[in-house]
Amino acid sequence: MESCLNGNVKLVKRSKEDKKLLRKQLKASHTLLKHEGINTTSLPTKSLVVANGGLGNGMSRETLQDVLKESGCVETLLMPPNKPYAFLTYASAEEAQRCQASLNGRQLQCQGQTLTLYLSFVEKVGSESGVCTELPPGLTVLEDFISTEEEAGLLEAIDWAPQRAVVTVQKALKHRRVKHYGYEFRYDNNNVDKDRPLPGGLPPFCDTVLERCLRENHIDVTPDQLTINQYEPGQGIPPHVDTHSAFEDTILSLSLGAKTVMDFRHPDGRSVAVVLPERSLLVMKGESRYLWTHGITPRKFDVVPAGHTVSPGLVTSDPGDLTLSKRGTRTSFTFRRVRRTACDCAYPSACDSQRPPVAPSAPALPQDDGDASRLEAQYVHRVYEEISSHFSSTRHSPWPRVSDFLRSLPPGAVLADVGCGNGKYLGINPHLWAMGCDRSHNLLQICADRGLQAFVSDALDVPLRSGVCDACISIAVIHHFSTQERRLAAVNELVRLLKPGGRALIYVWALEQEYKKQRSKYLKENNPEQEEEEGRGPGAEQITQNDPDCGEVHAGKYDPSAQQAQPKLSVHTNRTEFNSQDLLVPWHLKGVAQKACETSAESKPPAPGPVFHRYYHVFREGELENLCRRVENITIQTSYHDQGNWCVIVGKAL
Amino acid sequence: MKLLTHNMLTSHVKGVIKGYPLLIKATEVKVSEVEFNPQFVSRMIPKLEWTALVQAADGLGQLNDLPNELVPDYEKNDEFLRKVHHVLLEVEVLEGCLQCPESGRVFPISRGVPNMLLNEDES
Repeated sequence: MESCLNGNVKLVKRSKEDKKLLRKQLKASHTLLKHEGINTTSLPTKSLVVANGGLGNGMSRETLQDVLKESGCVETLLMPPNKPYAFLTYASAEEAQRCQASLNGRQLQCQGQTLTLYLSFVEKVGSESGVCTELPPGLTVLEDFISTEEEAGLLEAIDWAPQRAVVTVQKALKHRRVKHYGYEFRYDNNNVDKDRPLPGGLPPFCDTVLERCLRENHIDVTPDQLTINQYEPGQGIPPHVDTHSAFEDTILSLSLGAKTVMDFRHPDGRSVAVVLPERSLLVMKGESRYLWTHGITPRKFDVVPAGHTVSPGLVTSDPGDLTLSKRGTRTSFTFRRVRRTACDCAYPSACDSQRPPVAPSAPALPQDDGDASRLEAQYVHRVYEEISSHFSSTRHSPWPRVSDFLRSLPPGAVLADVGCGNGKYLGINPHLWAMGCDRSHNLLQICADRGLQAFVSDALDVPLRSGVCDACISIAVIHHFSTQERRLAAVNELVRLLKPGGRALIYVWALEQEYKKQRSKYLKENNPEQEEEEGRGPGAEQITQNDPDCGEVHAGKYDPSAQQAQPKLSVHTNRTEFNSQDLLVPWHLKGVAQKACETSAESKPPAPGPVFHRYYHVFREGELENLCRRVENITIQTSYHDQGNWCVIVGKAL
Repeated sequence: MKLLTHNMLTSHVKGVIKGYPLLIKATEVKVSEVEFNPQFVSRMIPKLEWTALVQAADGLGQLNDLPNELVPDYEKNDEFLRKVHHVLLEVEVLEGCLQCPESGRVFPISRGVPNMLLNEDES
């Protein structure tokens, strides 16, 4: 054995005890390798496995090659990513034997730690692995997208000084430095406050880059949100999919200062590591944006291709071409476009828009006004905003008895439709001055486009002068208020608007869908034009109220856990009798997803539309009248049941 | 938002006693012809706050000799009714904002729709 050590002056003679220890350790390493599916052999071969000599140990290709050279000519060196071992093959078994004898037990200093190498012979060197060899569909890495001068300019333009936090929003996250422009990205709900843009918009120093992106057709609309992240070596970002409901399809990320490796993972387990060189632009579209997670593992060294890459950006599965790259300070500019309507992508499994907006545990009946207003914000206002377009398309036929009321008003009467939706009642009687208000901006835009007078407001606080209206209507609105006090306040507000002698018509959904032996249309048929049409679609039955994945984005500020004592609201099954007065009614959103399917690379079966839940308090017989009796200065002129609704006309005293 | 609607709008910011009339700051105004209906205009006049209407029209440069005081027997005054008709129904604010005269709270107008929603702490 000693004769094998010619030329290796560094090796110190081992004592018997040392050798014994080494044998023990080698045995242990064999056991570990077996777990990895690597079988060692006691007979010398040309190939060796080097335990503790892998990229996963922090060993770089160059360091290992240097010591292997001492024993001969290495034909192949395979270093699988993240593994604590490497494989190598020499030209001859003699060289391999010499290497084993010389290096086994050798200690090397790598990235500040001591690695003891254990070498064993293997029959053959395999390189099969589950790593993808293609970039995720829709992903592109454009190398040298900007020049070194532009890179320096952008890095210099960022002002991390905290006093500027008034203009932009800056956070020191656990793993990196972050700054937002355009809109603040909120890490509590993984979304943006779409109604609260940050003053100043995107900084002008991004103009050149964005213009280039538009010119080269990487995007077709200018982004309106920018997040700047700064990663020191060792920092990262957990794997995530950018919230679908928050941002449009294309996401751009410009890498500055240093390269990094971003890991992409498909839900089926496939993973791809992508090198993002400094000055490169990452473009994520379609499947890579909607379905694959992306993240940066917090570490100080990345596994990168040692020589030429097969395709730009991709860390190949070829362990014969991998080494370690020390990370530097990397700054990324992520440009996104805030989404204004529900996401209709072809990947519903990863889409928060296409998921029922039920909180991790369904909400309970509110116990105070604050709870009530948060419940309504989440389960009424937000839902109407999201479903506005589909909702409006089902709301073109006025209910006859509401039209009768409007036509009975004298010419020149002033009408307020409080909760006017798409404004279908505002034009019924052209001799009136009709104004509508609603909480939903999207629905009101439909009114405005039709030339109707409309303003955004809450039904509890209508911004009109007292007594200015000859008539008010409140059609299918008051059942969305979640406490008796708020329902009363809504009636009071209508009455405040009325002049003395003025009249108000109120419709609310009835608990009794069967009245005087007549079943309401709601129960009888699936007529897309009738009141409160939801249509029975797939999805409602799948809702599980305790699904922890549900509504992570929709959860918003409303905290249902705050009132555990109250019973949870139940989810109504469309077109059945109500089994409770306070419930969540599903809305099956239609008319989306098809478009996304067409553009998707793979043809997928049409996904069931997203389901939204609206809060309702359905009224019992007599309840609406009782509510009105609590309002001063009015008399109930008539009350009736109309197709599953309770209705009253009240008159204000002269 | 037409000026007839504006004449009826008011601010309800918490603590405000007189949130009327709302000051118009327009960045885009549309003037379009609307069929003249003297009876309709006559019926609207008693419902108006006249001073607020004159002030709003003046602020938008649409006064067109509209008198500061309401004229008597306006029902028969076709020329006067036409002027009121123009101001009430033909002038429309598409972009800009409304400002509460007392609190200074600004309500944006976007694509013709004023957003009068108050925050939780304002109502």
